[in-house]
Amino acid sequence: MTQALKLKIASVLVSNCPKFWGLCIISIAIFGGADTRADPLMTAEFASAVSALNTKKFADKAKAATSLSRLQHERVDEVLNAMLKGRLFFRKSDRLILIATPRKGSYRIENAVDGQDLGETGKRKVKKISVNNKLRAKLRTLIALRGINSPEDAVRLAAVLGMRDTIDSETTALLREMATKETSRSVLKQISLSIALFDLESSDPEIQFVAIKTVGTSLDRLVRNKLQIIADDSTAPKGNRDAADAALISIERQARLFQFIETCFFGISLGSILVLAAVGLAITFGVMGVINMAHGELMMLGAYTTYVVQSAFPDLIDQSLFIAIPVAFLVTGLVGIAIERGVIRHLYGRPLETLLATFGISLVLQQAVRSIFSPLNRAVSTPSWMSGSWEINSVLSLTFNRLYILVFTLVVFFLLVATLRYTRFGLEIRAVSQNRSMAKAMGVRSEWIDALTFGLGSGIAGVAGVALSQLTNVGPNLGQSYIVDCFMVVVFGGVGNVWGTLVSGLSLGVANKFLEPFMGAVVAKVLILIFIILFIQKRPRGLFPQKGRSAGT
Amino acid sequence: MLVSRLMENDRGGKIFICAILILCISIPALNLIPPQDSPFHVSTYTVTLLGKYLCFALLALALDLVWGYCGLLSLGHGAFFALGGYAMGMYLMRQIGDRGVYGDPLLPDFMVFLNWQELPWYWYGFDSFWFAMLMIMAAPGLLAFVFGWLAFRSRVTGVYLSIMTQALTYALMLAFFRNEMGFGGNNGLTDFKELLGFDLQSDRVRAVLLVCSGATLSLSYLSCRYIVTSKLGRVLRAVRDGESRARFLGYQVEHFKLWIFTYSAILTGIAGALYVPQVGIINPSEFQPLNSIEYVVWVAIGGRATLFGAAGGAIAVNYLKTNLTAMFPEIWLFVLGFLFIFVTLWFPRGIVGAFTKRSDS
Repeated sequence: MTQALKLKIASVLVSNCPKFWGLCIISIAIFGGADTRADPLMTAEFASAVSALNTKKFADKAKAATSLSRLQHERVDEVLNAMLKGRLFFRKSDRLILIATPRKGSYRIENAVDGQDLGETGKRKVKKISVNNKLRAKLRTLIALRGINSPEDAVRLAAVLGMRDTIDSETTALLREMATKETSRSVLKQISLSIALFDLESSDPEIQFVAIKTVGTSLDRLVRNKLQIIADDSTAPKGNRDAADAALISIERQARLFQFIETCFFGISLGSILVLAAVGLAITFGVMGVINMAHGELMMLGAYTTYVVQSAFPDLIDQSLFIAIPVAFLVTGLVGIAIERGVIRHLYGRPLETLLATFGISLVLQQAVRSIFSPLNRAVSTPSWMSGSWEINSVLSLTFNRLYILVFTLVVFFLLVATLRYTRFGLEIRAVSQNRSMAKAMGVRSEWIDALTFGLGSGIAGVAGVALSQLTNVGPNLGQSYIVDCFMVVVFGGVGNVWGTLVSGLSLGVANKFLEPFMGAVVAKVLILIFIILFIQKRPRGLFPQKGRSAGT
Repeated sequence: MLVSRLMENDRGGKIFICAILILCISIPALNLIPPQDSPFHVSTYTVTLLGKYLCFALLALALDLVWGYCGLLSLGHGAFFALGGYAMGMYLMRQIGDRGVYGDPLLPDFMVFLNWQELPWYWYGFDSFWFAMLMIMAAPGLLAFVFGWLAFRSRVTGVYLSIMTQALTYALMLAFFRNEMGFGGNNGLTDFKELLGFDLQSDRVRAVLLVCSGATLSLSYLSCRYIVTSKLGRVLRAVRDGESRARFLGYQVEHFKLWIFTYSAILTGIAGALYVPQVGIINPSEFQPLNSIEYVVWVAIGGRATLFGAAGGAIAVNYLKTNLTAMFPEIWLFVLGFLFIFVTLWFPRGIVGAFTKRSDS
């Protein structure tokens, strides 16, 4: 058994049950179970079991799959998983069983029995071995059952969880037996939960009562359903009903806590996106005082840069973001400098005209993208390490892309703050924004600094665009939908104050997500906008107004 | 007497008003009198298109009043325009009566579709034309009054005011997109049948609407001219050029701003109300921030603080837009974008400003 194959099997097992994803990844690396040498007899037996899968009736297929799962052949898991995912086919000409991977207009096929690559074939030449939901559940259980003897904790855990949906007396017996020799505490916990889940349906009130007590703290969705059935069942003993009620209440309380945490996370995540989008504007608008209505379009350019990078290196999707980030920074930074040198330079001190001119630029950029890339949305793929989610329990799961973007926002933000605070360039930016003529007198090339500052703000917009490409559709209108929000964040936080942008972005995001469940996304957003409009009446200079000398500029 | 006093020293205005009056007499006449195949016949499409341009001209006029004369760059005039349009649309919806697709005598089609049982309270009264006329002015006027009162009192000025007005129209757009608001959601209000009992599709009604738009535009022009030539107008310009100085001289700057902002919003609402029966639909996309900014460009291109320049700019840009989007739909946004840049960089006073001596600004 090759190492690659083991990896594949383990990852398929794991992907069936993403619960302990992180743990599994580690264990996969060191996975190296008992090796079964392929002897001819076993191969023949396996081959006949595989071809038995190709029957008409689902019941027969289930039987064939059961007998297949009892074999000790190395490819059993591969075949069962392919069947579960609907990738098991047979060739019409010789009824050979195949595992197929769809390509454009054709299939890439391999022999199911020995894994030999058979090249590509037309869609008409093969036929799927169909599965229904009942069979899928059965397959999942079979695959899981194969895992319970694994020496790896993570695989056993996945196996226990995989069996849970189709638990019956047979599997419970198996689990009880497994529990006697189980050493891992987390696996043991899940086993006892599974057994208790089965016991909840027991006709013996004593067993049921014990089971209720056992499951009382679990957040599993099945637990709640079953407890609810007991609580509503008038024939159940009163003690059990009360216990079920109490357990439900405590589960409910826990679930609410986790939902609260989840809402907080969503809010912070939305806030981090707002901050990322607005922080470039905090530089151009806040520090330089330039109203850049093309800010959204610079983000759009960043997102399109990601698309171009991915198209240029289709084999490096996983690394594409790391290439796209500096490229986007450079591209949008240069576009920004060009805008500053070409247009904005002539309009300093005339903010309303700047607003109009940059709006014109935004229209031109939008139409340029529309002409070059078509008006339709472009597909930007998500690297594998960013997809999926971190499931803490059945109520709370945090998606990786949002987590990474949150981290990314903080990194960008603190890099920016450090640049402004500790570098010579940052010092010059601050000097020019606070007192231009004095800075000039000290030998700062203020025009040059203006261009570079604008380039910096634009570059950050481009980097934000790379992040946005992972969350929203990449199309010509991407920028427009963010521009009002960006200005709101900057104005609310206090113009000229990068920290204010951070605080206001995060708090607006959280407020938005907390309002949403009560009144829907649109009304929440409208309310936030109205709130900001009213807030600006009270404090026209935002949350953290600039004080001292720099306030006047 | 009054008119001649107002038009004194306003050669451009005189030409503009005359042109509008000639158009409003000749075009309907050429549409209605010559037979279809005569070379002098003007199609109903042209009549409607011209009517649309005149509504936009009225909108630009109102915007010029606040931006050109008082320095308030509103990026939210689309909201007032759309509110006036919605008020008119609601009246027209009620006029459909039981001739809708679902034949409900009381509820508009989209409410029947959404399974609403009764008319929401804010739709009451819109079956009366005069109430609708009142609301056309009251809805945008009230919004402008409340918004302006809050904004000007706390001295939100310049760019902040612009961004706030943009947020206002953006918020309204999001709100009107919702079906639950009771304004037809995404699709807005459409399928209008008649106005005051006259069929909206007939050539005569189209011609009358054009004449009405022209007349309203001319009267509004005179009223704006009255304002800017009065003492009030001079205070407004003082506020524009030196707000603090005007305040120190004892003028209640907020009151002047509020007054002019509200008046402009009412004019804009009327423009919206004239626009809707001619194009036959009003939907939330009228609230788009992009539209409001486009209106500003009409004024900038025509010439700020000239009134007739702004109105002419609106007509010229829209004429260009109609032709360009028909012939080369790809390049319209390029043209518009470059117009923005070009005008702000090289013609800050617009086309009219380029041809006149710098006199009062």
